[in-house]
Amino acid sequence: MVGILEDKDRIFTNLYGLQDWGLEGAKSRGAWNATRDMLDLGRDWIISNVKNSGLRGRGGAGFSTGLKWSFMPKELKDRPHYLVVNADESEPGTAKDREIMRHDPQLLIEGCLIASFAMQAHACYIYLRGEYVLERERMEAAVKQAYEAKLIGKNNVHGWDFDVYIHHGAGAYICGEETALLESLEGKKGQPRLKPPFPAGAGLYGCPTTVNNVESIAVVGTILRRGADWFAGFGRPNNTGTKLMTISGHVNRPCNVEEAMSIPLKQLLEEHCGGVRGGWDNLKAVIPGGSSVPLITREMSETALMDFDSLREMRSGLGTAAVIVMDQSTDLVRAIARISYFYKHESCGQCTPCREGTGWMWRVLERMAIGEADPSEIDLLLDVAGQVEGHTICALGDAAAWPVQGLIRHFRHEIEERIASYRSRRANFAGHAIAAE
Amino acid sequence: MPVAKVNGVETEFEPGMTVLQVAEKAGHEIPRFCYHERLSIAGNCRMCLVEVKPGPPKPQASCALPAAEGQEIFTDTPMVKKAREGVMEFLLINHPLDCPICDQGGECDLQDQAMGYGRDGSRYAENKRAVEEKNMGPTVKTFMTRCIQCTRCVRFITEVAGVPDIGMISRGEDAEITTYLEKNIDSELSGNVNDLCPVGALTHRPWQYHYRPWELKKTESIDVMDALGSNIRVDARGPEVMRVLPRVNEGVNEEWLSDISRYVVDGLQRQRLDRPYVRENGKLRVASWEEALGVVAERIKAAPADRIGVVAGDLQDAESMKAALDLFRALGSANTDCRQDGAAVGEGPREGWLFNSGLQGIETADAVLIVGANPRTEAPLLNARLRKAWLTGRTEVGVIGEQMNLTFDHSWLGAGSKTLAKLPKAAMDFLTKAERPAIIVGSGALTGDNGAAVLNALGALAKKVGVVTDGWNGFNVLHSAASRVAGLDMGFVPGEGGLTAARMVGKGALDVLFLLGADEIELGASDAFRVYLGSHGDRGAHGADVILPGAAYTEKPGIYVNTEGRVQMAERAVFPKGQAKEDWAILRALSALVGQTLPYDTLDALRSKLMSDHPTFGRIDYLPAPASFDVTSLGRKGDLGDVAFHSAVRDPYLNNPIARASVTMAELSALRVAPVAMAAE
Repeated sequence: MVGILEDKDRIFTNLYGLQDWGLEGAKSRGAWNATRDMLDLGRDWIISNVKNSGLRGRGGAGFSTGLKWSFMPKELKDRPHYLVVNADESEPGTAKDREIMRHDPQLLIEGCLIASFAMQAHACYIYLRGEYVLERERMEAAVKQAYEAKLIGKNNVHGWDFDVYIHHGAGAYICGEETALLESLEGKKGQPRLKPPFPAGAGLYGCPTTVNNVESIAVVGTILRRGADWFAGFGRPNNTGTKLMTISGHVNRPCNVEEAMSIPLKQLLEEHCGGVRGGWDNLKAVIPGGSSVPLITREMSETALMDFDSLREMRSGLGTAAVIVMDQSTDLVRAIARISYFYKHESCGQCTPCREGTGWMWRVLERMAIGEADPSEIDLLLDVAGQVEGHTICALGDAAAWPVQGLIRHFRHEIEERIASYRSRRANFAGHAIAAE
Repeated sequence: MPVAKVNGVETEFEPGMTVLQVAEKAGHEIPRFCYHERLSIAGNCRMCLVEVKPGPPKPQASCALPAAEGQEIFTDTPMVKKAREGVMEFLLINHPLDCPICDQGGECDLQDQAMGYGRDGSRYAENKRAVEEKNMGPTVKTFMTRCIQCTRCVRFITEVAGVPDIGMISRGEDAEITTYLEKNIDSELSGNVNDLCPVGALTHRPWQYHYRPWELKKTESIDVMDALGSNIRVDARGPEVMRVLPRVNEGVNEEWLSDISRYVVDGLQRQRLDRPYVRENGKLRVASWEEALGVVAERIKAAPADRIGVVAGDLQDAESMKAALDLFRALGSANTDCRQDGAAVGEGPREGWLFNSGLQGIETADAVLIVGANPRTEAPLLNARLRKAWLTGRTEVGVIGEQMNLTFDHSWLGAGSKTLAKLPKAAMDFLTKAERPAIIVGSGALTGDNGAAVLNALGALAKKVGVVTDGWNGFNVLHSAASRVAGLDMGFVPGEGGLTAARMVGKGALDVLFLLGADEIELGASDAFRVYLGSHGDRGAHGADVILPGAAYTEKPGIYVNTEGRVQMAERAVFPKGQAKEDWAILRALSALVGQTLPYDTLDALRSKLMSDHPTFGRIDYLPAPASFDVTSLGRKGDLGDVAFHSAVRDPYLNNPIARASVTMAELSALRVAPVAMAAE
């Protein structure tokens, strides 16, 4: 057997698109099976089962999905409730939602219906990343099929009037932040809102709204069908379930794979990806959860488990479980400088630390990548990263600071060597020229 | 009241207050750039970070965080200090160090807070960002490199001014504040963004490089450009008024000021009358005060009492009007009028010519009928209040008169008196079902032959729909002249058998016509000997036989009564130009020469007389509570005719002699009022 998860326990059975993505194919794989019965068991049953399954948000923050749902007002009052599905999957290294929408769209639509019913929403918006054109076409086709089969829509077979709208974004990373997504959905410039108020109180058009990741919603149907205990049976306590993982970089077979939570990172790489290019000893560093989390070293990767708590103990994070593997050939300073450029480019510019800090960090890193810096600037960079982290409206500031902090934490010596070698190549090095006015 | 601890000291606060407000209440200053009491909360500058327990172990933006019972707020911990230093450093890395040539220098929030909360040096060694200048029109000069993206200007223009002309485009460090297509800001409140800007990115274009703030002498005064009596501070250097800024008065202008009130000041330096003139052989020649006053006195003495008359202008202070009124009454003349436009107000109870609900009170009205007025041009700050009320969703506005863009939705009911004579049912319903209906009638509807009938009809309507009840008086007259209410309060209207202003300027009506700063009346037909007392060589001075140079509003202490009936006192900021004198003193000197010496030698004595004759003038800065009155007694029953109501102010930027002398006003008039010339394509 490869990995931990057995084929019978996979939720996304068409992850690789080998079978029919359409409604018939999805039904043959179990989607839409007994959905009506689940709805008949009531909202509380759904929410308590999702809670008991231990499902934590799959978008990166890892907040309990069932708990989030329970924050919605219990009674439908003067304002409608909304479910918004965050399909703005833009985190570098992450491609899990893409596969769901391409190959298992009915699971997502079914999840949308169940979640909307649980939160008394009659409308659900799926906000797709601007670059996901094929996925949008696939989703629109799938939604059309579901409408035609009366699975959703007015007077559908499930007895809960429900509409799904696909909204195509315009390609800004920040619109994956839940409140910026809502702003964008409302037709405004995608900038995160201040919290509180949280979306459950005042979200889309000021109405109670829950924003969930694609994967969090798509697994709900299967969880309810097979039982919370089944899902909770995978992984360690507090880190339960199965999870789509995207492995990219210097492995022999980069892939998307559904695995049990808490699978050892080494096992994941060895068994699913054919190992690190050039063998385990050739590994230099791993970014375990998408570009925004700090990297970990080879030593740490030996013992790391792919779950929230294990990686947090290593001062990194599970994020979207997008594993980026880097072998000894990688210029880590260059790599982090590129990530830094990404955050500089995607900062919305609303609040000061992120707007000004991301550009500063990127510029310093660019110089460090060629060694044109002063060793004292390493501490300066760390300090600047600390001034961005935790001081911003949304988490993009944190996301920009963490990779830099991770680099300096584990690979400070590389930067120092780079600077020293740059200086040794320049006989007349006279220090860094200052021109700030 | 709930209690929170600020730096260990328990502080009571009102529910709904933010952490920032609670900390300020406890006496701890919180630095901020984007936060402003009168704008929505953006929370984007991150300068107001404080530590709050319970809460996450990171600093929180206090401007946006609701205070809660039992909260512990810390404003002086090492974490807070470090956070502020960090934010300050970020703000400064791309901010140019051009304070020595920046107009904001000396009154710059960034400067002050960098001193108070910043580090001593810069650690930033990269190149600084430069941003292209933007065109925002004649009132706003931009230096966008200095911008710290606090978005106060964006929020002011969209929320208060109600025009979507400023916004932020692009992302990250490329984000720029712009008017999108380099268009002018089309708002009569645009100058306020310069006040709001915490740095030197937006500064006053008309005053660019004119002064440094520490050179200026600051004097509290009252604006006379419209009838709201906005509270202003006049900043002068030597004999010259350099700028006018708003003062805070919640009841009047909050803390805003219209462009015309603000940028009219360059008109105070131009076209000034600084010496007396006497006409000789058809030409004006310079004369001494003795000579000029002597000529006037001779003419007045020679004329029969019913052949002399005085018209008071729109910018006059109450004291000069009182002196003129007393003088002409003493001379036996009943020909006195302060209504150049001939508006049919001034009879009956005082409430009949006041904005009774109050400027603040109009925000509580749930239905407002505007008749013959364009608040956006006549009183921009009233318009901002109407917009504020409309934004709450509780206030509906209907208009009889011109079709106009008021920056908020309103229903246009009809063009003029025909509509008023038979109000559509929908309009009646919207007033009848309202709990606090209000009518705003502009002088545009009250002028002309049918003015009195229109006033009477409005009174009848007001009675019918309950505009005046116990505890609510929504009958509002919106004047367009700053002097009008004071004039009416003291009875500066024709006495028994006296002539109105319109008849005084008629052919052969008078022997001597005394114009007290009256420039807005058509004088073509008048063949009287004309005396002009005023500050500017404008319409009134043209064709005058004697010119007596007076003081402009910044050059004399004066009492003004605004359209609400609020009595306000202005101080003198600079002295009158050249040989010019304060208006009341000229009249006092003239009174001695005509043998009717006025019984006051000082301004204080004049004020005492004014207040004892008309007690309402004694209540400075006091707004009486809305009183009920017999609204049906106003005006005269009569035929409403068929006239379309127009705003009394055709061009707010050229509406008085000071404005007509101002270059900035000419520019604004050309941009905002003149019909846009369209290129034939």
